[in-house]
Amino acid sequence: MKATNEGVLLLNGKEVGFIEGQTVLEVAQVNGVHIPTLCHLKEMTPTGACRICCVEIKGMRTLAAACSTPATAGMEVFTETEKVHKARRLIVELLVSSGQHNCISCEANGNCRLQDLVYFYHIEKQAFASPEVPLYPTDADNPFIVRDFSKCILCGRCVQACNEMVVNRAITIGYRGAKSKVVTGGDGSYMGSDCVFCGQCVEVCPVGALVENKGRGTGRNWETKKVRTTCPYCGVGCQQLLHVKGGKIVKVTAVQDAQPNKGRLCIKGRFAYDFIYSKERLTTPLIREKDQFREASWDEALDLVASKFKEIIGSDGPDAVAGVSCARSTNEDSYNMQKLFRAVFKTNNIDHCART
Amino acid sequence: MTNSFADFEKAKSFLIIGSNMSEAHPVAATFVKKALLNGAQLIVVDPRRTELASMAAAHAQIKVGSDIAFLNGIMNVLISEGLYDKDYVQNCTKGFDALKEKVKEYPVARAAEISGVDQKMIVDIAHRLAKIKPMMLMYTLGITEHTCGVNNVLSCANLQMLLGNVGFECGGVNPLRGQNNVQGACDMGALPGVFPGYQKVDNPENRAKLEAAWKVQGLSAKLGLMIPQMLDGLLDKQVRGFYIFGENLANTEPDIAHIEKVLAGAEFIVANDIFMTETTRFANVVFPAAAWSEDDGTFTSSERRINRVRAVSIPPGKAKPNWWIFKEIAKRFGHDWESSSAREIWDTEISEIAPSMKGVKYSRLENDGLQWPVPTQEHMGTPYLHKDGKFTSGQGVFSAVDWTPPAEVTDKKYPFVLSTGRRLQHYHTRTQTGRSEGINAILSEETVDMSPQDAANMGIVSGEMVKVMSRRGQVEVRARITEEIPPGMVWMAFHFRESCANWLTNPVFDPITLTAEYKACAVAISKIS
Repeated sequence: MKATNEGVLLLNGKEVGFIEGQTVLEVAQVNGVHIPTLCHLKEMTPTGACRICCVEIKGMRTLAAACSTPATAGMEVFTETEKVHKARRLIVELLVSSGQHNCISCEANGNCRLQDLVYFYHIEKQAFASPEVPLYPTDADNPFIVRDFSKCILCGRCVQACNEMVVNRAITIGYRGAKSKVVTGGDGSYMGSDCVFCGQCVEVCPVGALVENKGRGTGRNWETKKVRTTCPYCGVGCQQLLHVKGGKIVKVTAVQDAQPNKGRLCIKGRFAYDFIYSKERLTTPLIREKDQFREASWDEALDLVASKFKEIIGSDGPDAVAGVSCARSTNEDSYNMQKLFRAVFKTNNIDHCART
Repeated sequence: MTNSFADFEKAKSFLIIGSNMSEAHPVAATFVKKALLNGAQLIVVDPRRTELASMAAAHAQIKVGSDIAFLNGIMNVLISEGLYDKDYVQNCTKGFDALKEKVKEYPVARAAEISGVDQKMIVDIAHRLAKIKPMMLMYTLGITEHTCGVNNVLSCANLQMLLGNVGFECGGVNPLRGQNNVQGACDMGALPGVFPGYQKVDNPENRAKLEAAWKVQGLSAKLGLMIPQMLDGLLDKQVRGFYIFGENLANTEPDIAHIEKVLAGAEFIVANDIFMTETTRFANVVFPAAAWSEDDGTFTSSERRINRVRAVSIPPGKAKPNWWIFKEIAKRFGHDWESSSAREIWDTEISEIAPSMKGVKYSRLENDGLQWPVPTQEHMGTPYLHKDGKFTSGQGVFSAVDWTPPAEVTDKKYPFVLSTGRRLQHYHTRTQTGRSEGINAILSEETVDMSPQDAANMGIVSGEMVKVMSRRGQVEVRARITEEIPPGMVWMAFHFRESCANWLTNPVFDPITLTAEYKACAVAISKIS
């Protein structure tokens, strides 16, 4: 027997089950039927803004947006009809014409949903003319996020992410009609607005309207290896995806669907990764002589430390040495340090900043 | 944390005390805010009007250091009106009678007088907390960085046990840990009293077990020193050799002038670090270490989740992994440690030694990691502790505790309370964020945050350079005038060296944990021109 909150509908002629509250899009996704999306953002309130997910539903006068149409029992949904594809193609053509979508130089090349759709529909020539002059200038007034409004398709994903996902409520859609624009309060630049530079808007932008300034020009999406790791800042343990090219991190994004951050990062997790490439990194062991440090080999420096600690322990006992471990470094590093103090030096004088 | 971050989004009721999550744990805060959009109830207890306080159903803007009086007042209402969870208290806890007697000493009028929170609000908050179960309590350093830090923590636990909220999803007592691996460093036994996995060093069975595992004799049974005791030891020459791994004590400890005197007078200091810092200046030997993303390993987050970190870059120059440096020193003492990778150290040593991590092997950490305790290799981890109120140690124990004021309170000469903490954009002493392109452009200097009323009284305008003085030192810093701060209080962080709050903070400590009272000292403010 089925629970009362379950139902059955027909998806491209096939009977599929659903749970009450699911949208047509979710039912299709669960059943492996692909419906393209642009504005849809998982787990957020659907806006139905872009209409690219339109499907034909028997008995409905017009095409319906799958992302915002609730599944109902007995519904007959068609996702691949001529009418559907014609409408989707027209939507893509209109979106392409809405701005300056120059894939050759675009940072999103190879990682752009609009480009994917243009490719899918074999759109080789623009059906409608683009405006010659962009309505709004590019905003690159801050160190992290470039806002190129000429590439914005007004899908509103960034607005959803900012308001519902990270709830920083720094941006919204402003103005009306053809003049619509994603704006901060007062329509100023991100600097000086309520933006906290978490970069979630960049993470969800399906095109090249929002790109990371630091990563610009450092590697195409297909050139970078993606390596999952854990953020080195606070204790939340956000899961990051390092975009690596030539042994160097060029960008950091969040791992989708991962615990605990579920696709989110903050300003530090997303943008404060390049300290490791600082010219000020220590590159060789150093030994102090009077007020100056001089470079030393590993053997010389390690021998010096070992002999000095031996001398101190020999004359004053193991408790005359003490160590502070690091709450930033790995478990394995802290383990080996406490093992050095306990098993080798024979003292429990080992601590770290556990309580602050 | 007794519970998990996954609970934040689902919880129906929160009490956040002494935590400015939006800045110190920003991603965790997003889930709380999302829960609020879905109708959850939030109570914030904090001297500052933080972002979350401005979104709360009630914000108890307590005076700095009055947490215990406030919480005892809340518990007084809950007990006197019979609003607590009687079954839970009866079945899952002990020590209730002593708590009941203690909180009788904190009638609402007294709690209100000490905390500065209106009596009606205390009663209202008590009612709100009792109304929705479970309620999730989160705290951060606003609770622990006081001379009464331990008692503050006990008060939080008292409240959650009284309400029957410990041992359930979306409940519990949840300290958000500040550093990426401060939980892990504790778990690994980088503490003076415990081996890895919290096995006490003064227990002979534990020592015998570790002697066998490490193939050594004569492990010390004597409790080691905590950081403030080590520093005292350096001063009186009881500690002659001091090893500092990746900590910038010269900026992070209270009373910088004192700490620098201590470090300058030390006989022999060794440091592992990735940069020269204010602290490595005092070292005799500095080892260059591999940084995050230059070595494989694991971090353990606040929710006890053991996560992988992976190497993608090569350490610069001759820099080496820290575990290798310690192994090389051990070798020079005639100890030949077998493990020669982070994976080997975890799989063959840590998980074999620590019972709570016995089931954790690198092969199991590929995706979302595992939350300890993980006692066996079949165990899937523990999202929340003390399930159904069955405490790990048997029964939950109430601790009747009294409010005590901060060690240093205001007077005529030093009329403002200085409290300190972290800001969103930077991390601690900026060794990392200060060297990450762009961060300094977003936050380029420290400010002293003060209330519009105090600023107006003193004729201080926003952005004006002012002098902040305590009994320990003084800094010149720009004033940031903000409604976040109540009159009588000022607030600073410790990210920037010249204007670091720790030139001013008071080196007094909780008697048990020796946590310094970073959250409260007395300062004076003066105009410069």
